[in-house]
Amino acid sequence: MPVHKAQMHPLDDYLRTERLPHVWCPGCGLGIALGAYLRALKNVGMDPQETVMVSGIGCSGRAAGYVKMDSFHTTHGRAIPFAVGLKAARPELNVTVFSGDGDLFSIGGNHILHAARRNVNITVLAVNNYVYGMTGGQLAPTTPESSITTTSPYGNIESPFNIAGLMAVAGAAYVARWTVVHERRLQKSIEKALTKRGFSIVEIMSPCPTTFGRRNGMRGLVDSMMYYRNNSVIKENPSPLDGVIKPGEKFIVGEFMDAPDEPTFEDKLEELKKSEFLKTSQADRTTWILEHRRHLETLSKIIGGGE
Amino acid sequence: MKVSSETLEGEYFLSGDAAAAEGAVAAGCRFFAGYPITPSSEVAERLARRLPQVGGVFIQMEDELASIAAILGASWGGKKSMTATSGPGFSLMMENYGLGMMTETPTVIVNVQRAGPSTGLPTLLGQGEFMQAQFGSHGVFEAIALAPESPQECFDFTIRAFNLAEKFRQPVVLLMDESTGHLFEKVRIPPKKDIEKVDRKKPKETPHPPFMPDEGLIPPMPIVGEGHMIHSTGLTHDEYGRPVITAEAQGKLVKRLVEKIRKHADEIMDYEEVMTEDAEVIVVAYGITARSARRAIVLAREKGIKAGLIRLKTVWPFPEKLLKKYEDRNFVVAEVNQGQALIMVERAIGKSATFVGKMGGEPHRPEEILKGIQEAYDAGS
Repeated sequence: MPVHKAQMHPLDDYLRTERLPHVWCPGCGLGIALGAYLRALKNVGMDPQETVMVSGIGCSGRAAGYVKMDSFHTTHGRAIPFAVGLKAARPELNVTVFSGDGDLFSIGGNHILHAARRNVNITVLAVNNYVYGMTGGQLAPTTPESSITTTSPYGNIESPFNIAGLMAVAGAAYVARWTVVHERRLQKSIEKALTKRGFSIVEIMSPCPTTFGRRNGMRGLVDSMMYYRNNSVIKENPSPLDGVIKPGEKFIVGEFMDAPDEPTFEDKLEELKKSEFLKTSQADRTTWILEHRRHLETLSKIIGGGE
Repeated sequence: MKVSSETLEGEYFLSGDAAAAEGAVAAGCRFFAGYPITPSSEVAERLARRLPQVGGVFIQMEDELASIAAILGASWGGKKSMTATSGPGFSLMMENYGLGMMTETPTVIVNVQRAGPSTGLPTLLGQGEFMQAQFGSHGVFEAIALAPESPQECFDFTIRAFNLAEKFRQPVVLLMDESTGHLFEKVRIPPKKDIEKVDRKKPKETPHPPFMPDEGLIPPMPIVGEGHMIHSTGLTHDEYGRPVITAEAQGKLVKRLVEKIRKHADEIMDYEEVMTEDAEVIVVAYGITARSARRAIVLAREKGIKAGLIRLKTVWPFPEKLLKKYEDRNFVVAEVNQGQALIMVERAIGKSATFVGKMGGEPHRPEEILKGIQEAYDAGS
């Protein structure tokens, strides 16, 4: 009997196939999100050898372990600053952060604001499943009001972040939101984000039937997917202020921000290194004066008997 | 002074902080990420000027959590990287200090110690992070920490910290203190050719598993963008960086992380002995305290007490064997805390030592240590 080898998956070149199957639950949207990213990478022709994925902690954080490229599974909340350091050190590499809503917007919330403010040329794929999945379904900074989680057993009394609004105000160059039901649009958006010069972020709304759906009337995979299909409204050029998610109301998906190109953080670092000023005697003098001024201040304090 | 050159050969009047910054440049550091904090800010200020001049990158990050994450990222990008901070920032860095240990990432963390706990005395001396450098991050590892006593040593030890980090593939702490950091003294910067620089061992083939150790238990380090398809995780992992969540994998990996330092401890450890041979009383001190102790042993000898000094240049790994050699002598431990090196000294000599501590805020006066020497002498005779 001839043995037929199973046809390889078209994304096998981008995956550490020996690490599969993955740890994600049935009905999870992370596979769709990762698939969209890898197809986007392929379509824009980015060489996996020149691409780095950095992730934090949580279910989404495990993505870095499955991609066949240089990949870093860092600590909780610190994927962004790790990526900022890596990108500044090696600006020629494509750096993508793939992580979850809790990792990026709660414990890592400060870092993402500053990366957007600096216009660091990285792409962030923020998978928003409304909940801390890996730890069993606790309240997240993205959990819609009134939702039941293990740490909001009587319903969430807090408001979630408007991620699109937050990122646009912080200075992101490209901001989009799609759900995993919008797979094609999501992929196109990731392609744009990857090729955008500057800080780009795509929020990927994705179900967690295991720890969120079953406590909130979406027990199965189909229920979860129907939620995204029935409640999302595609809008042309929505305002970032329209990114709010309220219980019982439909939410907007689309491209919230696509700003004209500005110099990136790495552009400015390179420009500084090439600056002629650094080679002038004035640059020498400023360093020298700084040291001396300090010393003189110290001396005057000692001579003056201290203040 | 030609600051735009890589190494500023010559003699200068520099603070310890500035000397540490120059040491970093001379060691080949080309990436610094940090957050302003007294009394270490001068390290960042000087590198903000110096690094762009030598093709390096300086970033002021949003906090210390980000600073240490960024230097780990830059290190995997192939750059020698550093951050500088003080107590509060050092505490914030503890989690990723552990990530650096687990993922065997060479980098240097300068901690210019001030008095704590908490905000404490931001502008004044403390030595409260002796134990934190070894035990501050959760889990098991062996730290490497160096304690300079002068601006010259801030320069020299920063270079050595980079060399040790590169050789042993792990974060190294330069445990400075406020007094040394703000002290101005003559610093001699040798010609570039006389500065020993160690670079991380590169893998011979591509791809190379990122955690496959060589005979010295240290894995050669692939860097990103060279086709190694590195995977690195803070989870317990195998030689390929793949997470393996078992006691066996933990036993294998963490044992190696510990052993790679223990095996080379003699090579890493550095100390200075002053008049110990005939000493009846030996003072153990490090950093600025060692300078007071140096004077105290002279005063003691003038009084007829044969006193000596063991100055710890590396505080971790701790030189237990050396101290054990002198276990028949009486010991004094002086430090600006309430007994941290003391625990290690007493463990090594198997008996009590006389302790001369300070709460922080000022260095020891030699007379305070002299009093301790007298007590130890009286107790021993």
